[in-house]
Amino acid sequence: MSRKIRILISKPGLDGHDRGAKYIARALKDAGYEVIYMGIRQSPEAIVKTAIQEDVDFVGLSLLSGAHNELFPEVVRLLREQGANDVIVFGGGVIPQEDISFLKEQGIEAIFTPGTPIQKVIEFIETNKERVLH
Amino acid sequence: MIGKLVNGIIHGETRSIARAISWIENDVPQKEELIDALFEHTGRAQVIGITGPPGSGKSSLLDRIIEQERKRDKKIAVLAIDPSSPFTGGAILGDRLRMQKHTVDAGVFIRSMASRGHLGGVAGATSDSVKVLDAAGFDLIVIETIGVGQTEIEVMNIADLVMLVLVPGLGDEIQALKAGVMEIGDIFVVNKADKEEANRLKAEIEYVLHLKSEDEKGVKSPIFMTSATENTGIEELVNGLHEYMQRMGENGTLRERRRRRVTLELKKIITAKIEAHVHKFLETGNNLDVWIDQILRKKTSPYKLINEKVIQILKELKEK
Ligand code: B12
Ligand SMILES: Nc1nc2c(ncn2[C@@H]2O[C@H](COP(=O)(O)OP(=O)(O)O)[C@@H](O)[C@H]2O)c(=O)[nH]1
Ligand SMILES: [Mg+2]
Repeated sequence: MSRKIRILISKPGLDGHDRGAKYIARALKDAGYEVIYMGIRQSPEAIVKTAIQEDVDFVGLSLLSGAHNELFPEVVRLLREQGANDVIVFGGGVIPQEDISFLKEQGIEAIFTPGTPIQKVIEFIETNKERVLH
Repeated sequence: MIGKLVNGIIHGETRSIARAISWIENDVPQKEELIDALFEHTGRAQVIGITGPPGSGKSSLLDRIIEQERKRDKKIAVLAIDPSSPFTGGAILGDRLRMQKHTVDAGVFIRSMASRGHLGGVAGATSDSVKVLDAAGFDLIVIETIGVGQTEIEVMNIADLVMLVLVPGLGDEIQALKAGVMEIGDIFVVNKADKEEANRLKAEIEYVLHLKSEDEKGVKSPIFMTSATENTGIEELVNGLHEYMQRMGENGTLRERRRRRVTLELKKIITAKIEAHVHKFLETGNNLDVWIDQILRKKTSPYKLINEKVIQILKELKEK
């Protein structure tokens, strides 16, 4: 047996800032994970369908446009509606501190804002991966 | 657990299909039971391999092919393979980026697959995953390989038919390709036909194929000119694919290939299982170290020891 962690990285909505998402995708690859990179302008529905087809363990969302309070929770809601209860959702981008607790309540388990070292993201995945090892 | 999964798969449920492929990729112990349970539901799908140099437009072309097949109401599944890093084991899987308009179409299933160290241009999990998709009722299963060099040709042992995508601008590389890879193509596609030199490439391929057909039994490989970006030549290609497939069915090639596929698969898996047992035997209780010492001290002679051990391994296998 050889279990690998699979992570979907995507940008919901119309935000075109993709440097951060690409950077994260590459860094997670270098950390040894399998990363499905979906890129910009995705609907929450498309993200969820992809997450299920790819059977990912984590979904990482990136937004710099300010629409995170609507779009991030919608992804979590659709995932749960489709029965993907074990998929862990996290995110990052330009997100004001005051929104983070709301997002966490909505099931986005961690938010990484500009300047966070990638090591923090890897730590998050490593400490949570036990939960998804089925 | 397996019963539920099998049931989900044969009813075409996405989550079951996706989970089964993960089982195969992760080589979980229940994998064999799963494949055996699905086996009676397999054999209906057509399996196509699409290969060619990285950047030749395989994913883009596939996006257009899916479009055509959906117009004909075919259910289609894609396994898109990308390389794993030999250093970290990580991978970026980006093929589906080019097939996004089909993401929310329930008749299309796309799965990205990392090679996980498997050589040959596909993943070790590819051939069993094809069985899952077949049992799930997809009419067409397409395998997009990592790309081609001289050795990335394993897709020909999995697919019914291989489509080789070439593009203008490879220069003399076609000469090099000729040796290994040209031979695995049943159907040839000159993609990026919107570019200059596409016609010249077509002529070159025709020439190489002409040389090839002289020493074979006259099954002619068609060449199609396409542009995935401008959406030209796609319908002709898809028609050509189906015609070729039909001809393969009629003249017995398809049956022959499927038989060969089973032959190779049986040999490979049986060998791998025995090999795994041998490794385990060699590693337990420092067996190997003891024998090495015996040989170095001239307590025994090499072949005497080897033959004794082989008999011992075979006996153990029999008792298992
Ligand atoms: C570069 C940039 C652009 C480039 C984008 C190039 C590209 N392809 O990405 C261009 C010039 C195109 C651009 C355009 C615009 N921009 Co601009 N842009 C920036 C800028 C200066 C830097 C962004 C960046 O690339 N940072 C570098 C990357 C590596 O960092 P990052 O994305 O933040 O990612 C890090 C973390 O956030 C986190 N992270 C991010 N995503 C994820 C995901 C996961 C899963 C994880 C774990 C972590 C994570 O990890 C990364 C590494 O630490 C920011 C200002 C800023 N300081 O952030 C404005 C900024 C984002 N832009 C802004 C605006 C308004 C625009 C425009 C609307 C301007 C206009 N009126 O036309 C357009 C919109 C473009 C579009 N289509 O969406 C605003 C957004 C305001 C808001 N949120 O309310 C900002 C914040 C500037 C500002 N202060 O006003 N922009
Ligand atoms: N000009 C032109 N570019 C194409 C065509 N098909 C694909 N491309 C481009 O070639 C690049 C690689 O395509 P991709 O489908 O990812 O190739 P793959 O690596 O073989 O899967 C992309 O930038 C495509 O937009 C085509 O028919 N004409
Ligand atoms: Mg590709």
